[in-house]
Amino acid sequence: MDLATLIQVLDSTIRLSTPLLLACLAGLFSERAGIFDIGLEGKMLIAAFFSAATAYFTGSVWIGLLAGIAASLALSAIHGLASITFRGNQLISGVALNFLASGVTVLIAQHWFRQGGKTPTLEGAARLQEITLPFAEALRPIPVFGPIYADLLSGHGLLVYVALLMVPLSWWVLFRTRFGLRLRAVGEAPEAVDTAGVSVVRLRYTAVLICGVLCGIAGAYLATGLQPFFGKEMTAGRGYIALAALIFAKWRPWYALSACLLFGFLQAIALRYQNIDLGAFVVPVQVMDALPYILTVVILAGFVGKAIPPRAGGEPYVKER
Amino acid sequence: MDKMPAWADAVLVPLISILLAAILSAGVIMAIGENPIEAFKLMVDGALMKSTGWGYTLYYATNFMFTGLAVAVAFHARMFNIGGEGQAMIGGLGVALACLFIPFPHWSLALLVATLAGGAFGALWALIPAYLQAKRGSHIVITTIMFNFIAAALLNYVLVNLLRPKGAMEPATASFPEATHLPTFFDMFGSPDNPLFRSAPVNVTFFLAVLACVAVWLLIWRTRLGYEIRAFGHSETAATYAGISPVRITVVAMLISGALAGLMALNTTMGEAERLVLNAPEGAGFIGIAVALMGRSHPFGVFLAALLFGFLYQGGAELAFWANIPRELVTVIQALVILFTGALDNMVRMPLEKLFLALRRRES
Repeated sequence: MDLATLIQVLDSTIRLSTPLLLACLAGLFSERAGIFDIGLEGKMLIAAFFSAATAYFTGSVWIGLLAGIAASLALSAIHGLASITFRGNQLISGVALNFLASGVTVLIAQHWFRQGGKTPTLEGAARLQEITLPFAEALRPIPVFGPIYADLLSGHGLLVYVALLMVPLSWWVLFRTRFGLRLRAVGEAPEAVDTAGVSVVRLRYTAVLICGVLCGIAGAYLATGLQPFFGKEMTAGRGYIALAALIFAKWRPWYALSACLLFGFLQAIALRYQNIDLGAFVVPVQVMDALPYILTVVILAGFVGKAIPPRAGGEPYVKER
Repeated sequence: MDKMPAWADAVLVPLISILLAAILSAGVIMAIGENPIEAFKLMVDGALMKSTGWGYTLYYATNFMFTGLAVAVAFHARMFNIGGEGQAMIGGLGVALACLFIPFPHWSLALLVATLAGGAFGALWALIPAYLQAKRGSHIVITTIMFNFIAAALLNYVLVNLLRPKGAMEPATASFPEATHLPTFFDMFGSPDNPLFRSAPVNVTFFLAVLACVAVWLLIWRTRLGYEIRAFGHSETAATYAGISPVRITVVAMLISGALAGLMALNTTMGEAERLVLNAPEGAGFIGIAVALMGRSHPFGVFLAALLFGFLYQGGAELAFWANIPRELVTVIQALVILFTGALDNMVRMPLEKLFLALRRRES
């Protein structure tokens, strides 16, 4: 494989990793606060639809982004209501929201556009524009570094850079601020947080809403950046891969980045090559499809480093009287 | 003292939840510019007013009974098996292998062996998540989700590379031999001059599903194993103290659950398509969650809920055909049912409990 091909594969790795990374960080905030969220998929899907539809009507990708975030937040609010206020089963709520998103998006898309659950293709300012980093053209002639900078790092939509910046930001918020300390505490020992006079309910709602915002951005990137339209079920299991990446990363931001890049790389490979001929044997494309899930099960099984979830995860908090 | 009488807990709470889901669904239909009453009429006409409609309704209900029971058995052991979809896919592989490679003289024998094969394959697919949950503490929800995707990839590989007949484009097996074709309701109850259930896919598997409901009831409430499963579901520590092995119950409950999900493939693969296709369960594994929640994990409840979802499925298909409402409406209704009967259960329950307490106080 020459440098140009490698750069192409890595370039699509970055693109494919972006929605995974945003969704993974979204799940990170929620699960660190003790709210399991298997509804990442649904939130991304509904955000993808509303961002594409709104961008199509208004001609502005940024208004589309806001609409996507709003739609994702609406689902987050339902999840919060079910799992925090009414102390319901968080997993069941997540499943329900995934189905809600997958049904509602197609119903509304058909009602608005009559294209079989699709939105029309976005054009011009309704699409996420690619950004050229400074000096990209000037640096291109430099061997190795030039193409890496100009072709690999430069030329992505703004949301890609937002996603990458979210990694240090999430780390800083979670591990260097008082809010982050409390948020992590509420996922480990909510009774202690309550005793300290900090509202468990408010912290958990905040975490769930942050999760909604990040999923909203992820969905908007899918439908305005990665592809310039919304298509039925376009998230295609990305929410679950993000969930897998979260476990793979053991609920930590920097590990999340590497896990998402790894899974994005697997997707990029599967997209570019169908079956990989290793000489001795051929790796079928289905193995690449299944690899993120298999790796996650192996990690979960604890044979290679144990993934321990936040202790109070999935448990509704009941104040003692 | 119970906060609520038993009848309110078993009937009133689910009924109100379903009513809420129905009202919201009607709202959704109105929001996309259609008339909910007309839509409901179309659904009833298409699903219940002719025998072919009933034939489809019962066909779908058969699937949902199996997957609903699968989720329900796991619920009794306080486990959430989201893997019904994958288990049904792999169960289908077992059914297909039995039908393709064993020369059966008669369909009854084929059904017997395919039942064993489908159940065994489904159970096998549930075994690894169950073992990991029991021995290594890996969360069963996450592992079963992962196993759904792994199942899809595996089936894709097997169909494309191994079982696809030479020259065929579609990733599917060859058609099963004639002798394995199951009798449909039309074969059983119809005749050329009495076109009862004509061209509907409902078949003898329906009776097997009803039998499975009875068997699960017997298992859960009339056997020692069922008692152990329920005890484990109520309190793991108490069950362990009573000498019940958590590892054994987790694995056994998941094996039964996986086998039930795998049996669903009898209906879709052997009864309807008569060959194995990609994505044969078509989401029925997930509908099992709604069915089990709505049926409150009781086999009779599962039976009724499966019928309701069978009606919704067939009615939804009719709506897509006759009115401009996509089939995804059923997905929305399914989501609302799961939301209200599962996650927002307390939203309905809390005010009702207050109401009953207030009533009781007035009496005394």
